[in-house]
Amino acid sequence: MADEVILLDFWPSPFGVRARIALREKGVEFEYREENLRDKSPLLLQMNPVYKKIPVLIHNGKPVCESMNVVQYIDEVWSDKNPILPSDPYQRAQARFWVDFVDTKLFEPADKIWQTKGEEQETAKKEYIEALKTLESELGDKPYFGGDTFGFVDIAMTGYYSWFEASEKLANFSIEPECPTLMASAKRCLQRESVVKSLHDSEKILAFAYKIRKIYCV
Amino acid sequence: MANEVILLDFWPSMFGMRTRIALREKGVEFEYREEDLRNKSPLLLQMNPIHKKIPVLIHNGKPVNESIIQVQYIDEVWSHKNPILPSDPYQRAQARFWADFIDKKLYDAQRKVWATKGEEQEAGKKDFIEILKTLESELGDKPYFGGDDFGYVDIALIGFYTWFPAYEKFANFSIESEVPKLIAWVKKCLQRESVAKSLPDPEKVTEFVSELRKKFVPE
Repeated sequence: MADEVILLDFWPSPFGVRARIALREKGVEFEYREENLRDKSPLLLQMNPVYKKIPVLIHNGKPVCESMNVVQYIDEVWSDKNPILPSDPYQRAQARFWVDFVDTKLFEPADKIWQTKGEEQETAKKEYIEALKTLESELGDKPYFGGDTFGFVDIAMTGYYSWFEASEKLANFSIEPECPTLMASAKRCLQRESVVKSLHDSEKILAFAYKIRKIYCV
Repeated sequence: MANEVILLDFWPSMFGMRTRIALREKGVEFEYREEDLRNKSPLLLQMNPIHKKIPVLIHNGKPVNESIIQVQYIDEVWSHKNPILPSDPYQRAQARFWADFIDKKLYDAQRKVWATKGEEQEAGKKDFIEILKTLESELGDKPYFGGDDFGYVDIALIGFYTWFPAYEKFANFSIESEVPKLIAWVKKCLQRESVAKSLPDPEKVTEFVSELRKKFVPE
């Protein structure tokens, strides 16, 4: 029986990006369905009743929710090529730790950079840079967080990399002088085929960011 | 080379309880070290410099942090007995989803129940009950969250039970009347040796929470 893989997603979502990249890393054919988040489809509500959020991966009719959970699932099901998580249990624990760090420490400040101004935005910017610096320190001399190969933490980060330009313009700062080696790794990730195919161009994301700011009356 | 396993922990922590249970499920010999959270040991600060929190699992000198990550690590390293995560990738994804739900939703809600009062506490209590009801609904008629066998989601949740009498005392409600099936599940889990050995006496936890509450809710 052929696999039926559907991804319910929203084009600028840094979380949706993760699922798209993982599927392409594995060469999985999938149907991408754009969701209107102000008018969610019955399928989305049925497949993710707990959070009602994207991305949702539907594999042969069964849903998997939460982006990093989706990535791990993809890695385990299509385990024949491009491993995403390392095989060593200790390295896997480290990868999971850093993905948890990314999701708990980057998300809120990144969100606030988009949705606020003045002092609140300045504070968010400082927190964001501090978190990026911690990540850069973890990256060290390695080309990718996973070492020589693109992996779990890199996939988690790539969604944020795709928002870098918009964040810089909105809060008037530059990430590269703060985190040069992280930026070098980001550029490497952004050139990867699975990533190029999964991201929209930064102009489009910036336009979306301005739209969001209007909604938040900023 | 023998395995050296140290657990830096704090006795009432529902997160520490997860790691204790997982280690005992696998029959792993480990050294339990109690941390004073107002005076953290140099070892804790060295082994978890990012979050400076317990539990910290130190295996042959190398740290693993975050309780739910530790449980997965223990399952993968000591894979010969009592599997914690299911072997099927879809079932594993479901187990991870529910453990993540507990981490995202239950901790903050329960905190409001014991650390606040008045309207904030009432709102927290409503949220808390709703979350427990969602979990009870997910459990359904199964003996454990994973089905017939005790596993990942059971381990993620069971420690919170030791705080239940404290929640009931400070927010004046009965958890059993709200989620009777979940309490039946608790009783089943408590019969398991790894759980019985890893959970503190809920009365002692209530005393501890009582003291802690004074800092947040001056009477």
